Amino acid sequence: MRLKSLIVMFALCFATVAHVQADDDTLTIAYNVNLPSWDPTVGLSAVNPTIQSIYKSVFDQYVDQNPDLSFKPGLLTGWGWNEDRTKIWLEVRDDAYWHDGSKVTPQDVVWSLERAGHPDTGNPIMFVWSKVANFSIDGNRITGDVVSFEPTLFKWMAFLTAYVLPQNYYEEVGAEGFEAAPVGSGPYMVDQFERNSFVRLKRFDRYWGPQPEFETVIFKFVTDASSRVAEIESGSSDITIEIPYEEYDRLRAKEGLVGRSTPVSDIGMIFINDIEVMEDANVRKALAHAIDKNAIVEHLLRGYGVPIDTLQAPQYSAFDSSISVAHDPEKAKMLLGESGYSIDNPVRFKIQTTRGFKPKDYEMIQAIVGMWRKVGAEAEIEVYEIAKHFELRALDTLAPAAFYNWGNAIGDPSTSTGFAMFGPSPHSTWDTDDLDAMIGPLWGEPDEAKRIAGYQAVDRYIAENAYVIPLLQFVQPIVHRDGIEVTPHVANFVLPQSVTKTN
Amino acid sequence: MASRFLLRRLLLILPTLFGVSIIVFVLLRVVPGDPIAMMIPPGASQADIDNLRQLYGLDKSILDQYLIWCSAVMGGDFGISISLRQDVVHLILSRLPATLELALSAMALAVVLGIALAIVGTYWQNRWPEAVVDGISGFNQAIPDFLWGLIFILVLGVLWPILPISGRIDPRTGIEFTTQFYLVESILRGEFAILIDLVRHMLLPMVALALPLTAVITRTLKASLFETMTQDYILLSEIKGFSRWRILIVEALRNALIPTVALSGVQFNFLLGGTVLIERIFSYPGIGNMAIGAVIDRDLPLIQGLIITFAIIFIFTNLLIDLSYRLLNPRVANE
Repeated sequence: MRLKSLIVMFALCFATVAHVQADDDTLTIAYNVNLPSWDPTVGLSAVNPTIQSIYKSVFDQYVDQNPDLSFKPGLLTGWGWNEDRTKIWLEVRDDAYWHDGSKVTPQDVVWSLERAGHPDTGNPIMFVWSKVANFSIDGNRITGDVVSFEPTLFKWMAFLTAYVLPQNYYEEVGAEGFEAAPVGSGPYMVDQFERNSFVRLKRFDRYWGPQPEFETVIFKFVTDASSRVAEIESGSSDITIEIPYEEYDRLRAKEGLVGRSTPVSDIGMIFINDIEVMEDANVRKALAHAIDKNAIVEHLLRGYGVPIDTLQAPQYSAFDSSISVAHDPEKAKMLLGESGYSIDNPVRFKIQTTRGFKPKDYEMIQAIVGMWRKVGAEAEIEVYEIAKHFELRALDTLAPAAFYNWGNAIGDPSTSTGFAMFGPSPHSTWDTDDLDAMIGPLWGEPDEAKRIAGYQAVDRYIAENAYVIPLLQFVQPIVHRDGIEVTPHVANFVLPQSVTKTN
Repeated sequence: MASRFLLRRLLLILPTLFGVSIIVFVLLRVVPGDPIAMMIPPGASQADIDNLRQLYGLDKSILDQYLIWCSAVMGGDFGISISLRQDVVHLILSRLPATLELALSAMALAVVLGIALAIVGTYWQNRWPEAVVDGISGFNQAIPDFLWGLIFILVLGVLWPILPISGRIDPRTGIEFTTQFYLVESILRGEFAILIDLVRHMLLPMVALALPLTAVITRTLKASLFETMTQDYILLSEIKGFSRWRILIVEALRNALIPTVALSGVQFNFLLGGTVLIERIFSYPGIGNMAIGAVIDRDLPLIQGLIITFAIIFIFTNLLIDLSYRLLNPRVANE
C-alpha cells in the first residue's frame, strides 16, 4: 500500500505540467550563446557582441546607448574635450551604487579606465583606452591627459569593454573571486550562475536609472536554434532571439506569441582581396553590378534584410543614401567583355563562405554565384568555418572573394569602413595605397563633420571601385509571449530592463 | 592472476594516454583555425598579435609546445582556457559530474530495458510478443539519439508539454549544491522535490541516449539467450521440471549476459560520445556541451583537456568491462 502511494505521488509530480508559467515578476529569455566570463573588460568574451546584453544588465558603461544607437548618459553624466583636445573631462553621476551597497565613485571610473589601458590587464581594446592617462579627480569631475587623439573615444565608451568595475571589491576578491561573485552597478544583480546552463538575475533596488519591471530575470543558455524555438513555443521562455526566419514567421502567426524584427548593426558583405582577377577593376565592378540584393532579401531572407551599398547601415553616422551600386547585369556583361570575358569564356575565381554561421549565408553565396554565372563569372564556392576565416584574414590570405558579416554597434565609420578597409588593419583584405591614403588621415581627424564627410567620400570611392561588395543589413527576429513589450535595439541587444508588461 | 592482469592493464594506461595526447596535440595544431586570429582586436598591430601568440605559448614549435604542456600536465595543470579564462581542470571537474550522471543514468535505463525486452522476446519466442520486441528494437536502432532528442522536444516539450526541454534544473530553484553531483546530493540530502525536478530535466536527454543502446542490448542478449536455451544444461533443467521463467532467468541469463556485457561497455563509450550532441540539443551543462563551444572557439587547452578526460573515461570503462567479463566467465579468468 505504501509503495503504491509512493508511486502515485511520484507519478503526480511528473504529471505536473513542465512549463509552469513564469510568475508575473520573472522574465525568462532563451538566449543563443553561453556566457563565458563575468569580467566584461578582458579576454575573448569581452569583445563578443552577442553577450553584451547580459553584461549591460549587470554592469554600467561609461556612456549608454538608446535603441536607435544614439548616445546617452551612463555612469557618466557628461563628457568632452578641452578646446585644443589635449585633455578630456568626465562627470561621474552621484547617485550610483554597487550591488554590494557601496557608492560608485570617480575613483572607480579612473581605476577602470587605467586598468583597461594597461597592457598587462588583457583588455582587447587597450589600443583605445591607452590613449588617455594621468587622471585627476575633483569632486565628481575627472580630467585626463590625451596621450594620442582618438576622435571616437567617447563612442568607444559605449562599446566593447567599456564597463566600470568596482575597484575596492575587485582588489579585495581578485579576478577569480570576481568571476565567482560579480558585482556591478547595473539594473540587475547576479543571483545564481550555472555555467553553460543559466544565469538568474535579481532587480537591484538602488539602481540609479528607471527600475526594471521584472524582479527576476533568467537568461537560459539555449545554443541550439531549434531548441530555442521549442522553448518559446512550449511557453518555457518568454523571449527568444536568433531563430530561422521561417520559424519566426511560423511562430509569430501563433496565438499568444508576438514577433518583432528590427534591422541591426550587423551587415553581410563580400570581402574582395587584391589578388588574381580581382586586380582587374572591370571584374570587381561587374561582380558588384551583377548582384540583385533586393531579390536575395525578398526571396531568400523572406524580406528580413535591408540591401546596402556601403559598409554603413542607415542608422550609422556616416550613412549616405546617395551612394548606390545599381543592379545592372548588362553593364556587368559589358565590363567583363572589356576585359575579354564572356559567358562562354568566364572569369574564374574562388569565393569562400561560412555555412550556417549567419542566416542563409551559404544559400546567399549560391544565389550570387548563380547571378555571376549569367554575366560571365564562374566562382567556385569553398565552405569553411568561421575560425578558418579569421585565420586567413589575419594572414591576408583569403580567397579573391569571401563572405563575412561585420558588426558595428556604435555605428561609427571608423569601426566599419576604417577597420575593414584600411590596409594596416589586421582585419582588412583590400590593401592598396590609394585607399590607405584616404582613410589614414581620418583616424586622427578632430573635426567630426569633416571626419564623417571624409568617410563618406571613402565609401563613395570604394563603391565606385568595388573594393568590397556590401550586401545587406541583417534583421534580428525576436519572438516573445503576449503580455510583454520588448524594445528592439539596433545594436542587437535584448535588454531585460527594457522589457515591460502590457497587462 | 587477477592482480597481474590488473597491474598489466593499469601500466598500459600511461602509454595509451601518451599516444592520445600526441595525436590530439598535433592534430589540433594542423587543422584549420588559429585561436589567436579569433582574438585579434580591431586596432591590433603585428606586435600586439605577436604578444598574444607569445602569451598563449603559440609562438613556439609544436614540439616545444607539447613538451611544455606535457610537463605541466604531469603536475596536474592542463592550462587556462583561452575562451573562458579559467583553469581547465576546474572547468572540466565542474561539468563532468553532469555528464556522468546523465550517461550513467542512460546506461542504467538501457540495460534494464534491454534485458527486460530480450527476456520477453525469448520467453515468447515465435509469438507476437517477440515480433513486438523486434519491432521496438529495430525502431530504436534506426533512429539516432539526437533525432530522438528532437522528437522528444517536439512531442513532449512543445505539443504536449509535460517535461522541461532545457537545462539540468529549474533556474528558479534557489538551492546551492555542495558538489556537482546534483542527483546524488539531492538524494543524500533528502531533497526529494529537487530530485524530482532533476529527474524531470534529465528524463528526455536520458531516454534519447538510452533508446539506441537499448536496441543493441536487446538484440545481442536475445540472440545470446536463444543460443543458450539450446544448451544441454538447459535441456536438463527442463527435464527436471523447472519453469520456463526460472530456466530463462536463473539458468540461462548469466551465461547469455557475457557477450552483452562486453558489447554494452563498448556501447557506453559511444553513448558518452552521444552526449556531445544531446547536451547541445537539451542545453544540458555537461562536458559535451562545453566541448562544442571549445571547438568553435578553437580553445586548444580546453579541447586537449576534454579529449584526455574522454580518453581516461574510455580506458577505465574498458578496464571495467574486462574485469566484469572475467567475473562472469571464469574460463577467461583462468586463462
